[in-house]
Amino acid sequence: MAKTRSDSPEEMVQKLLAGDRRAAARTITLMENQSEKNNQVMKLVYPHAGKSMVIGLTGSGGSGKSSLINHLIRRYRDQGKRVGVVAVDPSSPFSGGALLGDRIRFQAHSMDDGVYIRSMGSRGYLGGLARSTSDVVRIMEAMGNDVVIVETLGAGQDEVDIIHVAQTCVLVLTPNMGDDIQAMKAGIMEIADIIVLNKADLDGAILCLRSLEATIQFAISQREDGWVSPLISTVASAAKTEDLQGINELMKTIRDHQEYLHESRAIDEVQAKRIEQELGLVFKDEVQKFIFKGLKGTGKKRQYIKAIFEGRTDPYSVVEEVLSTFLKVGAKVNETSGSKKHI
Amino acid sequence: MNRDKIKVIVSKVGLDGHDRGAKVVATLLKEAGMEVVYLGMYQTPEGVIRAAIDEDADVIGLSYLSGEHLVYTPKIVNEMKKSGLNDVLLVVGGSFPPEDVPVMKEMGVDEVFRGGSLTKSIVDYIKKNAREKG
Ligand code: B12
Ligand SMILES: Nc1nc2c(ncn2[C@@H]2O[C@H](COP(=O)(O)OP(=O)(O)O)[C@@H](O)[C@H]2O)c(=O)[nH]1
Ligand SMILES: [Mg+2]
Repeated sequence: MAKTRSDSPEEMVQKLLAGDRRAAARTITLMENQSEKNNQVMKLVYPHAGKSMVIGLTGSGGSGKSSLINHLIRRYRDQGKRVGVVAVDPSSPFSGGALLGDRIRFQAHSMDDGVYIRSMGSRGYLGGLARSTSDVVRIMEAMGNDVVIVETLGAGQDEVDIIHVAQTCVLVLTPNMGDDIQAMKAGIMEIADIIVLNKADLDGAILCLRSLEATIQFAISQREDGWVSPLISTVASAAKTEDLQGINELMKTIRDHQEYLHESRAIDEVQAKRIEQELGLVFKDEVQKFIFKGLKGTGKKRQYIKAIFEGRTDPYSVVEEVLSTFLKVGAKVNETSGSKKHI
Repeated sequence: MNRDKIKVIVSKVGLDGHDRGAKVVATLLKEAGMEVVYLGMYQTPEGVIRAAIDEDADVIGLSYLSGEHLVYTPKIVNEMKKSGLNDVLLVVGGSFPPEDVPVMKEMGVDEVFRGGSLTKSIVDYIKKNAREKG
């Protein structure tokens, strides 16, 4: 590989803070690749992050998330705000490749210096985002974007990770989803701060709106915070601009929710939850890395697998044993593991 | 499947409305394990370059079927130079006379795939060369 990407984390972060788009792009790639430099980069990014408004859009593929975001970008740009967008699409479980198609809908902003858009494949991570999405949002915050918008991959499953990243979470539904809405409403309706019925121009929209109203009342009653999630109908794509609908209302509702968060101080809890989630992820990764590093070259992993296979023990007992040795005398294990060598 | 994927921008510039080939190639590269940002039709050279920068692309792939390849390719090459994308691979595909292939290569295109190109040759070429430039 001839590519020279040898900038130090310090240089990369310094450049991206100064508005260098290429440096930002390369830093984001490092995050996606879970590279060795990540911890160092994030340590430098973190103090500059956390000052943006973060909005999430979730909902099935094709429901109109990207089309809605396109309008949101325009409105926030009209207000003079800088906008970052992170759009996640599913990676193929077979090839590991991904078709990232959201950018087509953001064409109108392709030359706007105040807009930074990044597409990412989920790379096997579940929950509607990629493992590194929360880090990428932090980077976009540090870049000085006033608003960061996150689009989930839209498999229509319980893509609930978005609530740990976004302050205001918008669920996008459509009239032609039929039974999907029924399947979805259980978990995901409760987490949505705003529910949008997009494609309100389609047949059956009114009927759908009525049945949604009933469902939402139940979902809201399950919420502990007292926010009443509004239901808005929109048309995000139409041949004529005058046929677009509900975009201003969506903007206003997002603002209302943000005001509610700040006035009730609920924003502090939202931020704390996000940090808790980040901490959990980093802990999990680091502990796992630490332990696998310690086991490397000792032949222990194979011994454990063999023992479990032969019924002498089980995964739970093994992990308990490994954890108790490693976490108590971690440094010592690291020392000795280098000397043994067999595979 | 966490690590290092080849990232490719697939796009069309100008007013050419033939997008089938571009879609076929985008899907093909995805199936070969790459991350493909599909920009679709009617792009400007500047817009393609901006996407390549923000997405940290390794490869820019352009598709032409309406005879605009000699008009837009120099613009793309020029924009790439201006933005310092000298390590990004530039490949072109589509429908054009064979004598235009060396012309485009002279302009700075790394490889050209005319209509009927075997899909394997496209995948193999990109896999081999995506990280070798610059
Ligand atoms: C299907 C087709 C159409 C469809 C397009 C549907 C669509 N959404 O794409 C329709 C009917 C709409 C159409 C319309 C027209 N068409 Co037409 N069309 C064709 C046709 C028959 C096949 C193209 C195709 O889809 N091939 C299948 C794909 C998979 O092949 P491909 O694109 O070549 O891709 C392969 C390689 O080139 C390469 N590749 C392509 N792109 C890329 C990109 C990268 C990055 C890489 C690595 C590789 C790569 O890989 C692929 C696999 O090998 C061609 C004839 C031909 N044989 O090419 C004419 C052709 C392209 N059309 C032609 C014309 C003139 C027109 C019209 C102007 C006709 C008219 N008078 O209305 C309109 C213009 C439309 C417009 N707005 O631009 C001419 C163009 C002549 C020219 N070069 O100037 C052609 C060559 C026919 C001819 N011999 O006259 N067309
Ligand atoms: N009829 C109609 N189509 C829409 C509307 N909003 C988006 N679409 C179309 O729905 C398709 C999917 O939109 P997209 O924004 O990509 O959805 P995403 O997958 O959720 O991001 C596109 O073809 C859009 O043009 C709408 O309000 N009405
Ligand atoms: Mg989308």
